[in-house]
Amino acid sequence: MAQDRMTGSEILIKALSDQGVDVVFGYPGGAVLPIYDALFQQNHLRHILVRQEGGAVHAAEGYARSTGKVGVVLVTSGPGATNCVTGLTDALMDSVPVVCLTGQVPTHLIGNDAFQEADTLGITRPCTKHNYLVRHVDDLAHVVHEAFHVAKSGRPGPVVVDLPKDVVTAPGSYTPPARARHRSYNPRVKGDLSRIEEAVDLLAAAKRPLIYAGGGVINAGPAASQLLTNLVDTTGFPTTLTLMGLGALRGSHKNFIGMVGMHGSLEANMCMHDCDVMLCVGARFDDRVTGRVDAFSPDSTKIHIDIDASSINKNIPIHVPIVGDCAYVLEDLTKVWKSRQARPDGKALAEWWDRIERWRARKSFGYKPSADVIKPQHALDLLNARLRERDDVYITTEVGQHQMWAAQFIGFEKPNRWMTSGGLGTMGYGLPAAMGVQVAHPDALVIDVAGEASVLMNIQEMSTIAQYRLPVKVFILNNRWMGMVRQWQEFFFGGRYAESYMDSLPDFVKLAESFGAVGLRANGPDELDSVIDDMIAAPKAVIADIRIDPDENVYPMIPAGAAHNQITMSPDDEVKLDAAHKDEGMVLV
Amino acid sequence: MTSNDIRKATIAVMVDNEPGVLARVVGLFSGRGYNIDSLTVSEVDEAAHLSRITIVTRGTEMIIEQIKAQLRRLVPVHRVSDLTVEGAHVERELALVKVASSGDKRVEALRIADIFRARAVDSTIGSFVFEITGSVEKLSAFVDLMRPLGLVDVSRTGVVAISRGPDAL
Ligand SMILES: Cc1cc2nc3c(=O)[nH]c(=O)nc-3n(C[C@H](O)[C@H](O)[C@H](O)COP(=O)(O)OP(=O)(O)OC[C@H]3O[C@@H](n4cnc5c(N)ncnc54)[C@H](O)[C@@H]3O)c2cc1C
Ligand SMILES: Cc1ncc(C[n+]2csc(CCOP(=O)(O)OP(=O)(O)O)c2C)c(N)n1
Repeated sequence: MAQDRMTGSEILIKALSDQGVDVVFGYPGGAVLPIYDALFQQNHLRHILVRQEGGAVHAAEGYARSTGKVGVVLVTSGPGATNCVTGLTDALMDSVPVVCLTGQVPTHLIGNDAFQEADTLGITRPCTKHNYLVRHVDDLAHVVHEAFHVAKSGRPGPVVVDLPKDVVTAPGSYTPPARARHRSYNPRVKGDLSRIEEAVDLLAAAKRPLIYAGGGVINAGPAASQLLTNLVDTTGFPTTLTLMGLGALRGSHKNFIGMVGMHGSLEANMCMHDCDVMLCVGARFDDRVTGRVDAFSPDSTKIHIDIDASSINKNIPIHVPIVGDCAYVLEDLTKVWKSRQARPDGKALAEWWDRIERWRARKSFGYKPSADVIKPQHALDLLNARLRERDDVYITTEVGQHQMWAAQFIGFEKPNRWMTSGGLGTMGYGLPAAMGVQVAHPDALVIDVAGEASVLMNIQEMSTIAQYRLPVKVFILNNRWMGMVRQWQEFFFGGRYAESYMDSLPDFVKLAESFGAVGLRANGPDELDSVIDDMIAAPKAVIADIRIDPDENVYPMIPAGAAHNQITMSPDDEVKLDAAHKDEGMVLV
Repeated sequence: MTSNDIRKATIAVMVDNEPGVLARVVGLFSGRGYNIDSLTVSEVDEAAHLSRITIVTRGTEMIIEQIKAQLRRLVPVHRVSDLTVEGAHVERELALVKVASSGDKRVEALRIADIFRARAVDSTIGSFVFEITGSVEKLSAFVDLMRPLGLVDVSRTGVVAISRGPDAL
């Protein structure tokens, strides 16, 4: 049988093809040379050579989150694997399906401190959903298929497959993907119907309902977003989204009341605080969202739909837990709603909306425009206006103030269009992620909304972007500070700006040019329009250096340790924290 | 769900007997700051490659629910059962207790061992090794009594547990 004559590397490539993989982000080294040799001799799989392995994982995340497919990484043993740890942790926190193939020293050398040996399994155990060491070539295909299944099913996450060099060179036989039920891992997708009925009764009786949806809706695929939209349309309920959920309900929907949480809108946070029934769909009551837990939404009955039972009752006690995939559960919930001919309490809902409109009227994302200096919000307003004209836009971000402004000022009309590092908050995520998105969507407009500090963390990927002629746009809101750090130092550390000033920054225009990209700069508000137009029009990669007001802060803000109704709206607002909670808040991040 | 009372839980976990599975379970407890009072593990089904882990832990109801949900999330975990709340069960621990003494103390040690139904599994002129099984409390009481009688070494297995009645885990 010809298949029996395959090497481990050939088996690996066949398994990847059978899993529908078309692109791998990677970096070679001793332990994976046999795999690279096999890659060289085939043409199903495209390999994108990154400039640092960390970039490969973020690129795979961007690829995965913008397509709903699994992102694939291939790196060598030792430093290749350890460079992936941040990206894997990021993917774990944000539930992104990634399969990371790591080289390993030959099995007989494992444990001997061999050259470029690292205990990859041990190091990545806490930062993966699962990991495998393949000890025999005949297990290889099966393990790879299982790795893909684990990465993308249930609550998605990163999976590492560690591949000793002797295993990938040994001859062995291939096994195709099987449909067999896994021995122990079988996540539940259908929700308990009696719980769903209970939820419908609660929702129909609600006087001040709120839908709070998150990244789980994105994970569940575009159908889930459609089902959520239908539910919102049917009930007329106000709906807020987490940072990870943006796009799950279109930003222009009249019932969308903005992002919730620390830098969310006044109306979303007040609704959270004052609602009487909360329907949480695929969100995890993160501390950036709940604020002070003992003051979180004190009067509401809480329903929580989540595919991961460990997300339920973790931080906040839940009255009606529903374990299941939110697409399946939303579908059943809508059916029950219709079959019972449930109607929301129209009068109460109208009163609730009256209150919401009053909060909305305070325009919590408002800012003071300036004729002399570029306000970051204004720059994003203008950018957003241009983006609304088209349907092919994907936004990634780095981490910091610019990330929050992007979340507040850019409207997302569809899921999978917004890629940001939420749970881990990884500076340096945005540029490689944008690269991965652009690889998946070659003709789309992909923009990394960046801070000048973050973008330097993975700036080497500009070289990858050049090599593959990826027309990624880097829109740097350059405030010469680690702005988010500066903001906290201003608010909570008496304005002592320890090590947050970004000295000796590169000339980003020249930097762009050195990578064969277009460099643009806007120094004042009058230059913004043309820079944005030129950036969008350029047929290749662009770095746009937008020199913004260095002193601008993100508002509203609920300081860590505060309750939702202690929101700070603008610089004229005192940070509303009583002394006791201030101390408590200080130790929070 | 909101009770802040701390309770004990004896949790039985069936897992694939594969390398690293124990590290996964232990890492889960240390990484998330959960308590381990005791943990035992051994293969129980050779043909199916299944091991059984018994963990004794403590926490509020919300934490114990978290622990169970986190365990169930691990890929090689087949079943998780909270024996403490899922009906009656039997818990046993085994200890080997070494006592070195002579004269009256030696006689007294033997006498107490007899009361506790501990067996001497090794004896020399100057020492005994007792084997004792029973509840955690019984073993602790025995060890405490041996302390003034020349206790020199203790080895305990940690708790193993199984439900009463005909049903399997
Ligand atoms: C500087 C900074 C500031 C931030 N400020 C805010 C803020 O103001 N507001 C905010 O919201 N966030 C903010 N975040 C992000 C925050 O840290 C969290 O990442 C985010 O709130 C989590 O979003 P989520 O609850 O939607 O959960 P995710 O992390 O997206 O988790 C998804 C949940 O859905 C579940 N799930 C997955 N798949 C499915 C499925 N198919 N069906 C059902 N359930 C599923 C998962 O089990 C999980 O519980 C900030 C981050 C940074 C870096
Ligand atoms: C890898 C990493 N290191 C440190 C931090 C802490 N941190 C959060 S935001 C921030 C500053 C980001 O500055 P910049 O990229 O310029 O964005 P800005 O806030 O100015 O918009 C820092 C240092 C982090 N999130 N990630």
